Amino acid sequence: MKKTKASLAVLLSTSLLFGCSQEKEEVKPADKNAKETSASASALDDVSSEYREYAIGEIEEFVKATEEFTTAVTSGDIEKAKEVYAPARMHYERAEPIAEVFGDLDPKIDARKGDVKDEEWGGYHRIEMGLWEENTTKGYEEYANQLMSDVNLLRAKVETVEVTPDLLITGAVDLLNEVSTSKVTGEEDRYSHTDLYDFVANVEGAEKIYELLTPALKEKDEKLVTEIQQRFDDVYSLLEKHKEGNGYTSYTDLKESEVKELSQAIDALAEPLSQIGIVTEES
Amino acid sequence: MKENTPNDETSLFTKKVSRRNMLKTAGVGGVGVVIGASGFGGLLNLSDSKANGQTNDVVPFYGANQAGITTEAQDNLYFAALEVTTDNKSDLIQLFKDWTEAAAQMTAGKLVGEASLNTSMPPKDTGEAKELSPSNLTITFGVGPTLFTKNGKDRFGLKSKKPAELKDLPKFPLDALEDSWSGGDICIQACADDLQVAFHAVRNLVRIGRGKTIIHWAQTGFQRTKQADSQKTTPRNLFGFKDGTANPDKKNSSEMNEHVWVKAGDGPDWLVGGSYMVVRRIQMYIEVWDRTILKEQENTFGRHRDSGAPLGMKNEFDKVDLEAKDKNGNRIIPEDSHMSLSRGDGKAKILRRPYSYADGMDPKTGSLNAGLLFICYQRNPSKQFVPIQERLAKNDKLNEYIIHRGSAVFACLPGVKKGGYIGESLFR
Repeated sequence: MKKTKASLAVLLSTSLLFGCSQEKEEVKPADKNAKETSASASALDDVSSEYREYAIGEIEEFVKATEEFTTAVTSGDIEKAKEVYAPARMHYERAEPIAEVFGDLDPKIDARKGDVKDEEWGGYHRIEMGLWEENTTKGYEEYANQLMSDVNLLRAKVETVEVTPDLLITGAVDLLNEVSTSKVTGEEDRYSHTDLYDFVANVEGAEKIYELLTPALKEKDEKLVTEIQQRFDDVYSLLEKHKEGNGYTSYTDLKESEVKELSQAIDALAEPLSQIGIVTEES
Repeated sequence: MKENTPNDETSLFTKKVSRRNMLKTAGVGGVGVVIGASGFGGLLNLSDSKANGQTNDVVPFYGANQAGITTEAQDNLYFAALEVTTDNKSDLIQLFKDWTEAAAQMTAGKLVGEASLNTSMPPKDTGEAKELSPSNLTITFGVGPTLFTKNGKDRFGLKSKKPAELKDLPKFPLDALEDSWSGGDICIQACADDLQVAFHAVRNLVRIGRGKTIIHWAQTGFQRTKQADSQKTTPRNLFGFKDGTANPDKKNSSEMNEHVWVKAGDGPDWLVGGSYMVVRRIQMYIEVWDRTILKEQENTFGRHRDSGAPLGMKNEFDKVDLEAKDKNGNRIIPEDSHMSLSRGDGKAKILRRPYSYADGMDPKTGSLNAGLLFICYQRNPSKQFVPIQERLAKNDKLNEYIIHRGSAVFACLPGVKKGGYIGESLFR
């Protein structure tokens, strides 16, 4: 879950704000601006709609996986529930820039203990606690039903999201910030210790945005593209070491030095990735 | 600062933020708001002018030697030892070029990089030193033995340039060194009369190096501020004693040439004008010291606590007579006192530039976690620091109250001329 919801309003109303500010705009050659940037702006619009498709696709997968997860919980199949928990979440984590736009739903689906009042706490992590801490599904059926309906609601609402270039530019780095502040510290999945799944999904989500922006980025700064690609490769080759079967090793099995190595690799990637806003400039 | 004159404002404007650039970025993503709302005045706030009026607290960055060695010690230190993660030599060279440029800007009290109006990108400078005076900031770069060879590997084809003196120190008795506080491929010593300015310097350099270097260890340090001690007396360490009274005179260039700066013939030519830095992170057992009686404290250092005078003398700078005996024939300054052993025969001198540190509480013991980041400079560690430390490690009374936790040796690179870069003589 996103730690602060402050940026939410900004994401939702970016276009609105921009509209207002243009009216107040006193710099004369505003028309000229519009012409100069129209080409790259429309390229960015294409990217935005491609990303929208990608994110909606992930949310659709998330709905299916959540169905599997919640059914396992309500039918008392604890092993199945544990098995599908982490992979299901990956779809949500990949699409997080969009998924968490809905400030009411994100905490319901993805809040961790302490993020919200205990009596309001539900969603994935509440059930995670039941599965791993208490080793039961009993008493968690209601949470599962609620989760399913919240996720269905998310699927319906996600259609309404307007994906702006700003959302993409901040979203890519935000995904890695999520990794830096909660996944790499083991605080995301504190009962199941499946943090590395979320970690990988966040990185993949960021990579998707980078891939979509690559043609535009190449025009601005080819070296930056090479650098970012190299750093993604570095992160993936580190993650490769922690693969186990079809999934990833438990966070608790990571050595302190390995956690640090992962954290520093994310920093090394996120620094050049934070420069992708250069695509908004005319060349 | 100079940016405050109208002419400079104009030239800055044309140079840093061309009107065309401004219009280009203004079209997308609401950047135009900035211009519309604040006009050119707001724009100029984005420029690299940081401080007002104060020009007397700048230490020149360019010169035959790096600053921060014979510079009068500033109030604060931020020290970072880095590991190089890239294996590409040209990346490493580019990094030193970028660092040189940023260091020259920051020591002059300017912000890093050129101001950009693109609000879809993070600012080039991290901003916390804006409006702050240069604060006598110095940034000193050094290279450690592991930059040349690591695990037997000649990492950047520099092995043949590695000076014989650039190697780990021998293990001294009582050393309790921890890897997490020892070594490093590169060091950055930032000293300033303001800790925020020093932190800003290291933070921005580390940021520039992200992806090519990682932090291996880092330490803040302090001593009494000049403001708190307008007489600029010898600073006291955290045991309350004056330390460093017998330092060689930094203003005496022949002494510096003899003891500090590497000369032609000392080793590889690339280091001529540089200096070897030895760093020791020395933890102090604060609580143990606090319950030690004064006589014992004074015998430990060999000085009177209050005056700083050698035992038996009146004033701090009175001549030290290590042989002086009391009426019972005992030495007045104990042979195992810190001062006595540090001096030895007085031939080996090092330029000490230490800073105290205080890192909160030791979670294991609940004790105050504090001590000294001992930094010294010299021409030849094995003839200077090593024999001194061998004497101290064996017999120093002070060893009951301290423990060496970290150790590193760096070759501080020669100074740089405008247009050149730090490390040029090494990489060329």
